[in-house]
Amino acid sequence: MELAQWTLDRLAADQTNSVLALRPEATLRQAKAAQQRLDATRPEAAQRERPGFSLLGLPIAHKDIFVTRDWPTTAASKILQGYVSPFDATVVQRLAAAGMVCAGKLNCDEFAMGSGNTHSAFGPVKNPWDPLAVPGGSSGGSAAAVAAGHIPAATGTDTGGSIRQPSAMCGLTGIKPTYGRASRWGMIAYASSLDQAGPIARTALDCAVLLAVMCGFDPKDSTSLQLDDENFAAAINQPFKGAPTNAPLSGLRVGMPKEFFADGLSAEVRSAVEQALTEFKRLGATLCEVSLPRTALSIPAYYVIAPAEASSNLSRFDGVRYGHRATAPSDLLDLYCRSRAEGFGAEVKRRILIGTFVLSHGYYDAYYIQAQRVRRLVAQDFDTAFQGCDLIAGPVAPTVAWDIDQAASDPLREYLADIYTLGVNLAGLPALSMPVGFGSGAGRPRPIGMQLIAPRLNESLLLRAAHHFQSATDWHQKTPEHPGAAR
Amino acid sequence: MSWEIVVGLECHVQLKTASKIFSPASTQFGAAPNTQAHMIDLALPGVLPVMNREAAACAIRFGLAVGGQIAPRSIFARKNYFYPDLPKGYQISQYETPVVSGGQVMISVDGRQRHIELTRAHLEEDAGKSIHEGIAAIPVGCSGIDLNRAGTPLLEIVSEPVMRSAKEAAAYARALHSLVTWIGICDGNLQEGSFRVDANVSVRLAGQQEFGTRCEIKNLNSFRFLERAIEIEAQRQIELIEDGGRVIQETRLYDPDAEQTRAMRSKEDAHDYRYFPDPDLPPLILEPAWIQEIQSQMPELPGAMRMRLTEQFGLSDYDALMVSATRATADYFFQALDAGRSLGVDPKVIANWIMGDVASSLNRDGLAIEQCRVSAVQLAGLIARIADGTVSNKIGREIFASLWAGEFDSADAAISAKGLQQIQDTGLIAQLVDEVLTANPKMVEELKGGKDKALNALVGQVMKKSQGKANPQQVTDLIRSKI
Repeated sequence: MELAQWTLDRLAADQTNSVLALRPEATLRQAKAAQQRLDATRPEAAQRERPGFSLLGLPIAHKDIFVTRDWPTTAASKILQGYVSPFDATVVQRLAAAGMVCAGKLNCDEFAMGSGNTHSAFGPVKNPWDPLAVPGGSSGGSAAAVAAGHIPAATGTDTGGSIRQPSAMCGLTGIKPTYGRASRWGMIAYASSLDQAGPIARTALDCAVLLAVMCGFDPKDSTSLQLDDENFAAAINQPFKGAPTNAPLSGLRVGMPKEFFADGLSAEVRSAVEQALTEFKRLGATLCEVSLPRTALSIPAYYVIAPAEASSNLSRFDGVRYGHRATAPSDLLDLYCRSRAEGFGAEVKRRILIGTFVLSHGYYDAYYIQAQRVRRLVAQDFDTAFQGCDLIAGPVAPTVAWDIDQAASDPLREYLADIYTLGVNLAGLPALSMPVGFGSGAGRPRPIGMQLIAPRLNESLLLRAAHHFQSATDWHQKTPEHPGAAR
Repeated sequence: MSWEIVVGLECHVQLKTASKIFSPASTQFGAAPNTQAHMIDLALPGVLPVMNREAAACAIRFGLAVGGQIAPRSIFARKNYFYPDLPKGYQISQYETPVVSGGQVMISVDGRQRHIELTRAHLEEDAGKSIHEGIAAIPVGCSGIDLNRAGTPLLEIVSEPVMRSAKEAAAYARALHSLVTWIGICDGNLQEGSFRVDANVSVRLAGQQEFGTRCEIKNLNSFRFLERAIEIEAQRQIELIEDGGRVIQETRLYDPDAEQTRAMRSKEDAHDYRYFPDPDLPPLILEPAWIQEIQSQMPELPGAMRMRLTEQFGLSDYDALMVSATRATADYFFQALDAGRSLGVDPKVIANWIMGDVASSLNRDGLAIEQCRVSAVQLAGLIARIADGTVSNKIGREIFASLWAGEFDSADAAISAKGLQQIQDTGLIAQLVDEVLTANPKMVEELKGGKDKALNALVGQVMKKSQGKANPQQVTDLIRSKI
């Protein structure tokens, strides 16, 4: 109860604009239930039931893309302002069942469309490391709330990098699992074939514990994989395939895609990532160069496929059954046009227009079909690369977080910044982001992240490699001095 | 000029599954508005579709019944358009890869039989209903939306444009309706919209190879309207062309009261549906073993049954067609046959009764054969009493009427209660014959003079005197022997 109240107070006093909804009575009700569960379970029994780690009573907050019964859900859009879902998302429900206490709902880019969290109908989120900087996006509120120290972990969603990139920009660890691992039931769809849920927390170990709870087969999601639940934390301490404990990553082959280290990568990010790779080497890993030749093509392919799906997924927001409805429409067309024109923000409209265009008669083959071909080729590139390595490592984003006031002007700049993360979603692979250093902004340090990518379903290897790295380094322990406070 | 009509039909068949195609809501007809709309049907944020396997099983049954190709892998696509009764803003349907391709349905028109080829059959979800008037709770100028129907599974069955008359089109629609109810995938209820037909109609000069421009007539929910709408639309097109006009491709509505079709929307305002594969649904995979299992549970199909009726039971082609017109009729026939087997009942006689008194009584009372007031077992019992000479055919029909009226439980009960047995006593019949001959000397003379007409009159008089209980053949023989 005390922890829940402390968390609520922190979130209420937040200076990063990461919070969209607090319902103290709901949070405290969950905390009370958790306390009762804790009191009812003898410690020995608890240990027997759930060897390792218990999440019982720990606070978490959810990206406002996940629907919740006890908090409004807006997807950071005016079109859903005030909407309350009659059900909880599967991911929300699984975390609650594990005893976690939901502290509230977190800001993000509208319908998860964006890379800087500047496209929220409820204002941009500030980076706790530097209030002039974006926190990354689209799960910017999640990353900011964790980095600011309000909560130990938050949920995020990742369609083209939306967990990894804000984790990187806020100095946190975040993981996007293999497509189909986490149920999409209750996750407001942006691009259905790319969307995945995952945790944002401080360490790989925290992510492992949370991911294990979040993932699992869900009959309500037809794209959910029929796998047994996997305890990603169980073997996280184990060295790689019989490696010695002083060089736990011996034998691990880490591939560096040359396209990820080519022109466009800023010197400070390159340097931090290369230093981290040196640390991997020290831990026993061997480094090798691999190639992902269609890396650049993943940007146009993604920005065809994702908007195409989005244009259709967002058709349901029509002002007829729920959400924003234009006042006094003159006829049906006017109701549709004005409700959507008033309800959606500029970036969402831009993507709906792109998506509608690429699916249109006469353009479908040239854009959508072509993009699907590229998508298959991107996936093949990863398959080929993984023949020569166990993990792929590289930067998450070409630069550190940019300034909030630069953001809105140029959508293309934002799209191009997704270059290292999009391919993973197109191929459906698991990937993790973790802090490896700092670059400079306008005075205050801005975090740099490194990305690890694994073959399908190999989350445990990702987490294990990251855990060994974090056991030997302290980047993940750094916290901002004055979280979110204005200079 | 001689014109040829070209018709192809698209039939929307609601599948008889307990729940909807992508949600667990009930598909029951007639519930209060929006009480059977699951949050998936409402398209609330965050919901996802899950395919109902039962709907796929229905598609397999249909594919097997028409001898079509069943796709081992078919894709669901999104058909995007905005309408208030389409909550997601797209309809989940199959576009490039339908679950069934090809196949054929046999029809019979004016005693001639032919096959109608099918293009495809695909699975999709039904939309909800917009209610524009008649509900007190809806303010003037507003429309209501009922989403109970949204998500009801449909099989859209598309024929090739091979029909050449309204009559053929109606015969095909009837045959298809009979087939889908026969194999148990549709309840066939036309009033409730379980079976809806769109007709594509064009005309061309006899002998012309290429098709004329077609118009689509939407939502015809009775076979009579279908036939009439096609006739009227074809006539409209012919007159238009003969007057020097051109047919414009458009969607039209049939107005049965005005006896005309009216333009609804032209191709120019046609939607661009922006079809693309639905990323929420994996391809529909139909395992050969499952298809095999369904095959083994398929009922005998009308074609095979017709063959058996003619070959095994000696029915004429026409009788066989009538008996197998619907599954219920066939069931009735075979129940009567089973009940009458030990009683020596002739299958042909059963067929005659079904097409005769049974059909006319059902017609008169507006009933379907499932609601027939004389059960198949009762009918068999009655036919047995006619066959063994207990009652004449005429008395038999009276007994049928009393069974229909529910006066008796069986023919035997009616016969004994009313004393309707034929007179078996030859002495009694001879006495009646003598009385009649004595009373009608003039007729006797005429008969002797070779006028057979007089014989019928004399037999009739004896029958009347016996209250119909004498055997007419016996009476005839007796009169002849006495003259």
